[in-house]
Formats: sequence, structure tokens, C-alpha cells
Amino acid sequence: MSTFDIERLLGQMAADLRRLLAAEGRERPLMVGIRTGGVWVAERLHERLGIEAPLGELSINFYRDDFTRIGLHPRVEPSSLPFDVDDRHILLVDDVLQTGRTIRAALNEIFDYGRPASVTLAVLADRGGHELPVRADVTGATVRLGPGEHLKLTGPEPLALEILGPR
Amino acid sequence: MRPSLQVDENGRLKHFLSTEGLSAPILTQILDTAESFVGVGERAVKKVPLLRGKTIVNLFFEPSTRTRTTFELAAKRLSADLLTINIAASSASKGESLLDTLRNLESMHCDMFVVRHPESGAAHFIAQHAAPHVSVLNAGDGRHAHPTQALLDMFTIRRLRGDFTRLRVAIVGDILHSRVARSEIHALTTLGAAEIRVVAPRTLVPAQVEGLGVRVFHDMQSGLKDVDVIVMLRLQKERMQGGLLPSEHEYFRFYGLTRERLALARPDALVMHPGPLNRGVEIASDVADGPSSVILQQVGYGIAVRMAVMSIILGSHAAGTAGGAH
Repeated sequence: MSTFDIERLLGQMAADLRRLLAAEGRERPLMVGIRTGGVWVAERLHERLGIEAPLGELSINFYRDDFTRIGLHPRVEPSSLPFDVDDRHILLVDDVLQTGRTIRAALNEIFDYGRPASVTLAVLADRGGHELPVRADVTGATVRLGPGEHLKLTGPEPLALEILGPR
Repeated sequence: MRPSLQVDENGRLKHFLSTEGLSAPILTQILDTAESFVGVGERAVKKVPLLRGKTIVNLFFEPSTRTRTTFELAAKRLSADLLTINIAASSASKGESLLDTLRNLESMHCDMFVVRHPESGAAHFIAQHAAPHVSVLNAGDGRHAHPTQALLDMFTIRRLRGDFTRLRVAIVGDILHSRVARSEIHALTTLGAAEIRVVAPRTLVPAQVEGLGVRVFHDMQSGLKDVDVIVMLRLQKERMQGGLLPSEHEYFRFYGLTRERLALARPDALVMHPGPLNRGVEIASDVADGPSSVILQQVGYGIAVRMAVMSIILGSHAAGTAGGAH
């Protein structure tokens, strides 16, 4: 088992985001976290970047592509985007990027709220295994897992990311 | 009817025919799921892609505006394909039997029938005879059941009052002919309401209704005293066969909900009505439009509750556990 220095990852992500936003001229961004882990990460970045607008939270449950296989989660907190996304720059935050299917679902949902000017993706960890042409603009850690290993995020307080060995 | 007709071998909802026989966890799951659909109607794009590619058929053997349109909107907001067939005006009048109509629709690969029928038990009959891949949702059958209406009332009560266990609920009016009353009594009982009353003239109370665990009152003065929720029923004129009531005017005089009678209930009591309203027959206009009335909220919540039932049923044939890849 190995644990990441989460504060260092968050600090580096915040710096990368700041640089990227400045380089692209993306002002007054809005931040959206994907439930549940993505919201935990987004809360930290939201604070570090000093974004004034409240944090948006996305439940992609109604947009999943595996609904017909796994059905509905018993209880879903509804999405809450407490702002107008039209013509705004969105910072989309998730905890772990793997297949890219969650991000596809999240993009679809965001576009059902309006037409943002841009979407920037930030993830705490990219663990590989992409199945769609989805890459993060900002990545905290790039992780390659050995057989039987998996990545586990716990939170919200304290927030911790660790690699757990074969069980 | 087999009690398990509604629930499959894994305990998941297969058909939704009646609130009777469904467990509190299943009713609560529907209410919880509806909660997350409430906001969909307020967004720029008022739909989610959950049931994309599914086909839902509204089979209406009896006229209905509110129920039909809220089922239609629910299906559309879930991105299902929907057709509404008004059977009275279609093949049935050309002599095609009900089962032949069903077989034809099944060959079109429909996934769900939403059935409204004047005969009690029609939805059960269709569920028993439908192909295994088809689910049936009862949108009201005769005097028997109207489970989505009952659940939207439960949803309204839970949203505005929270807990059922301290609530006194009075259901007022034509209990005898009311499928809403029956479904409501079962749902309230299962969800643990403290007291359920029915208030009606003797001619409009079914025999042995006390067996369902309700208290029966024949006058509004004692029936409405200190209740938290008043569910007014529509006087079912089209089901009334002479002799049960002297006149509508007389009915209003004894059983109409007026401001004076509303004052007998608790000050924060909710007034509900499944619609359509007969103003001046079972409810006075100033009560229907007054501050205690949540009648229009009920209609909006009806869409969310119907979305919940549709998506739980159509998502529940999937095996395995929730979760999945990032």
C-alpha cells in the first residue's frame, strides 16, 4: 500500500489550473465537481483558486451508459448547478479518470443546462485504461496499477488517496 | 392475484399495479428516486437520457387528461419513445380483443404499458398475460387502484411534512368508488401514518372498510378535527348510479370543504385533491385556491413520481450491483 501526498497534488493542480486559465484567457471560471469523490477534490480546488461562484455538483447517474445493465442507484442526490452555464468557462473536476465514460456523461449533462464557452477537465489521478478519447487538461498524479491493485479515495475529511494491494 | 406479481424473484419492481403488498423500502425507494427528478423540469433541457431507446405505450381505455399528460411528460423527460393509444377510439371498436391488441404491441418491441381502464383488475390481467419483457404500470383501474396518484400524494406529504408517523390524515368523499382512496390507505398504512380517517356519507363508504385499519366518520366536524392532511376526493359523477346522494348541492352542504370546516383541522393542515376539481361540489373555490391548498404542487410532483416508477422498473431487470468504471 502506498499513500499520496494529497496536499502537494492539490497545490500543483491549483497552480496548473491557474496557469492554464491565464494562458487561455479564461476568466471568471465556474467549478463543477462530479459526485462523490470529484466533489471532495473540487471543494479543495475551489478554495485554493478563490472562486467566488458556489461550487456546482453533478450526479451523472441519469446519464450513465450502463443504466440498462446495472439499473438505478437507490438514492441519488440530484445535480445542483447553482449558476447559469451559458458562455461561461467550466472547470470540471473528478477524482479518478479511467475509462472516460463518467466524463462523457458529465459533459452531456452540463450541456443540458446550457452552452458553456469551454470545459477544462482536472482529475486528481489518471489511472489509465481509457476507452474514449478523453484526456484531462490537468492531472494530479498519473498512476499505473499492478495486477490486483486498486486506487482508493477516502474523504471528505481527511481526504486521502492510496494504492491498495491485491486483496 | 399473486402478491408477487409486482415484484420479481430478486425483490425488484417488475410491474406497478397497486400500493397494496409493496413493502415500505420499495415505496421509499420510489419517493427517494422521485426526489432526484424534481429538478429536471427546471433546467434548460428538461430531460435526461435515462430511458433512451425504450418504448412506452400509454394504453388508455378511459378518458383522462391529467394522468395521461403527466405520464407522457414523465416518459418524454426520461427520453423514452412514447405512444398514446386511445383504445376506445381504436381497434377495440373494430372488434379486436384486448389480448390481440397486446400481442400486436408486444411484437413492436414495446417495453412498458401504462394502462388506464374502467374495469377493476384490468392492469393485473394485462400484467399476467403480457410477454416477459413487458412491464405494466397501472394508471387507474376501475375502483381498484391508482398507485402513482397515491404515491405522488405520499411524496407531497413527505416533502412538506417530513415524517408520516405523527400524521393524522383524513380522506374525504366518495370512498366507495375511489381507487385513489384505496391506494392511498394502503400506502399510508405501509409508510406508518399515525391515523387514517375516512369521512363520507354512509352510502359512499365501502363495507368493512375498517378492516383496512381506518377510522370512519360520517360528519366533517368530528372527521376533520385536528388532522394534518385532508385528501379531498372528486365526487365521481360518472360512476354514480342514482340513489346514493340526493343532490350535489346537498352533498356540498354536508361534505364540501369550506373555510369554516378547514378551520377544524390543524392550522398548518395541507389540502390535497387528485383532480379534476368539482368546485362547489366537494371543495369551495376559496379553499382550492387558498394558502393550505397544495393541489397544483401535487401535479408537478406527479411527473417526478411517474419518472421514478418508470426508471426503477425499466432499470431493475439489470443484474449485478451498482458501481462501475470511472
